[in-house]
Amino acid sequence: MRCPSPARGRDGTGSLRVTRAFGAAVEGEALISDEGFSPRYDLDRWTGLISRPGHALEGRDIKDKILITPSAKGGIAAGWAFYDIKCKGIAPKAFVFGITNPVMVQGAVFAGITITEGWSRDPHDIFKTGDIVRVDPGRKTIELVNRRATSQGGGT
Amino acid sequence: MRLTAEEKKILRGAMGPAAKLALELQVEIGKFFGARRFVPVSNVHMMGDIEVMGDGGKDFLERMVKLGARCVRNTTTNARCFDFDYVAMLGQDAGEADKERKLISCLRQLNVVTADTCINYQTIYQPHKGERVAWGDTGTVIYANSVFGARSNFESGPAALAAAITGRVPEYGFHLDRHRRGTIKVSVTARLEDLADWGAVGKIVGSAHQDYFAVPVFDGIKEKPSADQLKHLGAALASYGSMGMFHMVGVTPEAPTLRAAFGGRRPRTTMTITSRDIDRVYAGYETHGNPLNLVVFSGPQQSLFEMKRLAELLDGRKVKPGTRVFVTTSNGVKSAAAKLGYLDKITTAGATVLEGVCFYILQNIAQIRVKNGWSNLVTNSAKLANIIGAHRFNAILRRTAACIDIACAGEDRP
Repeated sequence: MRCPSPARGRDGTGSLRVTRAFGAAVEGEALISDEGFSPRYDLDRWTGLISRPGHALEGRDIKDKILITPSAKGGIAAGWAFYDIKCKGIAPKAFVFGITNPVMVQGAVFAGITITEGWSRDPHDIFKTGDIVRVDPGRKTIELVNRRATSQGGGT
Repeated sequence: MRLTAEEKKILRGAMGPAAKLALELQVEIGKFFGARRFVPVSNVHMMGDIEVMGDGGKDFLERMVKLGARCVRNTTTNARCFDFDYVAMLGQDAGEADKERKLISCLRQLNVVTADTCINYQTIYQPHKGERVAWGDTGTVIYANSVFGARSNFESGPAALAAAITGRVPEYGFHLDRHRRGTIKVSVTARLEDLADWGAVGKIVGSAHQDYFAVPVFDGIKEKPSADQLKHLGAALASYGSMGMFHMVGVTPEAPTLRAAFGGRRPRTTMTITSRDIDRVYAGYETHGNPLNLVVFSGPQQSLFEMKRLAELLDGRKVKPGTRVFVTTSNGVKSAAAKLGYLDKITTAGATVLEGVCFYILQNIAQIRVKNGWSNLVTNSAKLANIIGAHRFNAILRRTAACIDIACAGEDRP
């Protein structure tokens, strides 16, 4: 299927370059966090909702999202947990980390979930939560496809 | 990646489908991190319990058994989510406990030693300087890298299992000299006595630098730390900061001097930790008007010396009615504590000692919290104080003796 031409970002480029990447090219709704992420500390692994009180994304659903988050937190659990949430059908389409750790990468590779690390710039300059973005590990880019509808909820 | 003839053979399936699957996973992980080759490992420690693996992970393990997978290195398991003697008492799910038993059976068929401990570095295997291992549970990894001078990345369950099957790991991260050098200088003027003080240091440094490749170098610490103190420091750094290594000048093997710890480079940043900083950590916890009726010593499991200290502090005292105290440890430590009389003193006081588990990964822990009406959780573990929030506990970090006073007298003296 042909992908639509990327829309232009606020600075005119509409694209974020990443340092490292694994997985298939995917397209989905961006969910941008100002806080790091851990599937054990922050996520309800039965509903896909961010459950940790006070987390920047508390109450948000990560299912089928492109989860954009600055860092990986703590634990070793992601290795199995990503596969578990993939089997339960509540996994995001991709993880886009500023800084990650091996656990997140091992977990994503094992589960077959697209993952990237390293941002050429602040994603807030280009994307908003709710925008449709395309993650292309082969080209190491994340591109804006469509702006979110103005009526959609946001919150980063 | 440059592959050896043997690795190419594995990828062609000559060593069986399970080894092929395992090495394919490792190649992708290695490519992500730019690894140039594989390096052999001597020992593996892996997480494998039903709470984190779910039915999908259990099905995967059963498939690996059917494919004839077998660990070719000594492989132990991390703490799990059930102590089978306490399933009913805790109100855990009997069906999930049955799955856990099947999962343990699978692991044993794969040639895994189901030791169920997160303190393997204190109780089972102590690698030497430069020895490459593949360990999971972040607390074990940071201890291996920092205190032993061994080499490991965080190896999560499937990655550790892959390493156990292939006997190797991709060479990246802490397997490479360049990532083992210090990046942050931490001058410590605070007096650190209790285990919780060391965890508080880990919280301060880890929270300020959430980066796997950040390597703090501690300098100026007056006390010569014990293994348990280093354990709590490392566990907290790994938990709050996702860190896999630290140095302590004059203490850890790759830091005979400050200069050696940084490998001749300048620190990217410096910080100082005073006694007031430690006091501020303790003052930062709130009860929110709820009772202090749950005290937990866990995360990591208790060593024999921690059990001895708890026995001394609880000797002749009783846990206050309406308050619960939980202690988690390994089977080996619990057995030794029983023989030495520590266990009797701890349980006679009214505490519950669980083996082979860690409190925060107990199956059904969120529901157990609700059923018991618990809100506050008092602990001397900074790591536990960090991670238990996921289950909507309100954690309060206190020194060990203060935790016991809260348990027995309801008095909070931070």
